[in-house]
Amino acid sequence: MRLASAIRTRSALPLLSLALLLLLIFALQPRAMTYRGLGLLLGFSAPVVLATLAQMFVMTVGDLDLSIGPFIGLVACIVATLPAISPLLTVAALVAGVLAYMAVGALISWRRLPALFVTLGLSFVWFGIAIIVRPNPGGEAPEWVENFINLQTPVAPIQLWIVCVVGLAGYFILQHSKQGLLLRAAGGGAVALQRAGWSVPRARVLAYGLAGVLGVLAGLALVGITTSADPDIATRYTLVSIAAVVLGGGEFSGGRVSVPGSIAGAYVMALADSLLAFMNVPADWQVAAQGLILLVVLALRAFLRSAP
Amino acid sequence: MINSATRLSSRLNSPRWLWSYIAAGAAWVAIILVGGNASEAASAALAFAAFTAIASIGQMLVMTVGGGSVDLSIPSAMTLGAVLSMKVMGGEGYLIPMGFAAAVLSGGVIGFANAMLVRWLRVPPLIATLGSSLVVLSIAIAIGHAIKGSPPAALAEAVQMKAIGFPVVSVIAAALAILVGVGLERTLLGRTLCATGQNDRAAALAGLPVWSARLAAYTLSGALAGFAGALLAAYSGGSSLDLGSGYLLLSIAVVVIGGTKAAGGEPAVAGVVGASLFMFLLVSFLNTVNTGAGVRILLTGLVIIAVVSGNAESKAR
Repeated sequence: MRLASAIRTRSALPLLSLALLLLLIFALQPRAMTYRGLGLLLGFSAPVVLATLAQMFVMTVGDLDLSIGPFIGLVACIVATLPAISPLLTVAALVAGVLAYMAVGALISWRRLPALFVTLGLSFVWFGIAIIVRPNPGGEAPEWVENFINLQTPVAPIQLWIVCVVGLAGYFILQHSKQGLLLRAAGGGAVALQRAGWSVPRARVLAYGLAGVLGVLAGLALVGITTSADPDIATRYTLVSIAAVVLGGGEFSGGRVSVPGSIAGAYVMALADSLLAFMNVPADWQVAAQGLILLVVLALRAFLRSAP
Repeated sequence: MINSATRLSSRLNSPRWLWSYIAAGAAWVAIILVGGNASEAASAALAFAAFTAIASIGQMLVMTVGGGSVDLSIPSAMTLGAVLSMKVMGGEGYLIPMGFAAAVLSGGVIGFANAMLVRWLRVPPLIATLGSSLVVLSIAIAIGHAIKGSPPAALAEAVQMKAIGFPVVSVIAAALAILVGVGLERTLLGRTLCATGQNDRAAALAGLPVWSARLAAYTLSGALAGFAGALLAAYSGGSSLDLGSGYLLLSIAVVVIGGTKAAGGEPAVAGVVGASLFMFLLVSFLNTVNTGAGVRILLTGLVIIAVVSGNAESKAR
């Protein structure tokens, strides 16, 4: 009984899934436990986790962001292309991107638009601009970005440190600040929030702004890892990030999300491929793993919830 | 209800789907104005819009269920339909019907499974169809790697033909659209589907077969996607593993631009066809004036945002 109720806390199930996944990976390939092994294992994890946190903030206010993947792709294209022309222009473009995100949040809130379809349109906008910025794959990441993401940090690889720092910051913003309370309230009970004299549009602008900032960070990390960019580079992050937040115990209705859960969910999505590779599963079937894990964890959650 | 009364009047005054045809007409006139080959552009747009329209009609049915329902498994169902049909046909003309049957059946099974997942796991349709799409894509990749599928010569020739002056694929798409449109208006399941999207509790309390309508919408969506995939493979000279990937967001975009209500309950089949045409006429217009793909995609996005904002405005009035 007590076990069942402990598992029912929001972030327990994703953390348990992640632990199980890591246990299997380490059992199959003990060298993955070394510093170098961990670095290889976590290859592209930082951008995925940052994208997931961006999605989590939008989902906190009860919306869904279908444009985060293409936005990260656009950031990567900007960072791999514009610094050669003008560093100032690069910074201006990234700031404009975050401001555009906030403007969309305001538009959705004030006109009461369905976020799913506005961000669907927005995804085309980001992708179109990315193609204009970088018509063909290539470009070059600025040296400092590349050096930073390849930094040899003590104890754990740099990507893990990035996730720790950003994750902690996200946790404090969401759970221990007045702004975070506003965000969660906007998703959980927008009407009550409004009656209490608070501003729902402000919460939404804040959520989209945070998503924009995290998207910029994810794009920087991504272009540092790949050293070049193309507009399509991060498209699949959209769906992966939604899946990761839901795996992490987040609810579509808003208000209820979990930072540790979302991070664990993102790692589960990112590591599923590695596990299957270690198990010598043919590459053809590795795509299925993410889908199956998603469905199994959700089935488990539905089962635990309906259990007395 | 005042709300439904005003909605009815606004539907009578200017059907939302009409706008997609006005936009498509404007794009066509623009092509002529800049000196493009109008009949060639129209013919090409009709052919390519056909595949989009067929897949998007299924998306429209799922979105009509309401409650934020979308089918993200359409691209995977299309790819699997393409791969399976080419495998079953194996280049033999007499197996063509079997190939299409396999594609439609596999799509139907995927759609049926999606509906069951939504019901059993009680997860949002978005997540259930995302999970199933990954599994289906894997199956398609596993099958598709082993074979180099190209259509039988007779089929490849047939889909390129014209019927009464129109590309035959566009005639097929139009026929399917009419069939679905009539089905939505005239059958119990069709009416139930619309009622479910407007208010599923009221529909259930009125004794309508709500669950059957949902199941039918998802199953049909999968089946149409499978068919569209097979047809596209036949048209483009064979199946490829990324055949469906462009249709994920495109199918939703076409439905929204076509005037189907995003919140569900009000489908617009004619709008899906019109919006598909508009999309491809816009492509050929921008190609004629030598704009890059970037500008075209950017414009598509702005159109979607404008349409969504416009729909919300008419609701507020």
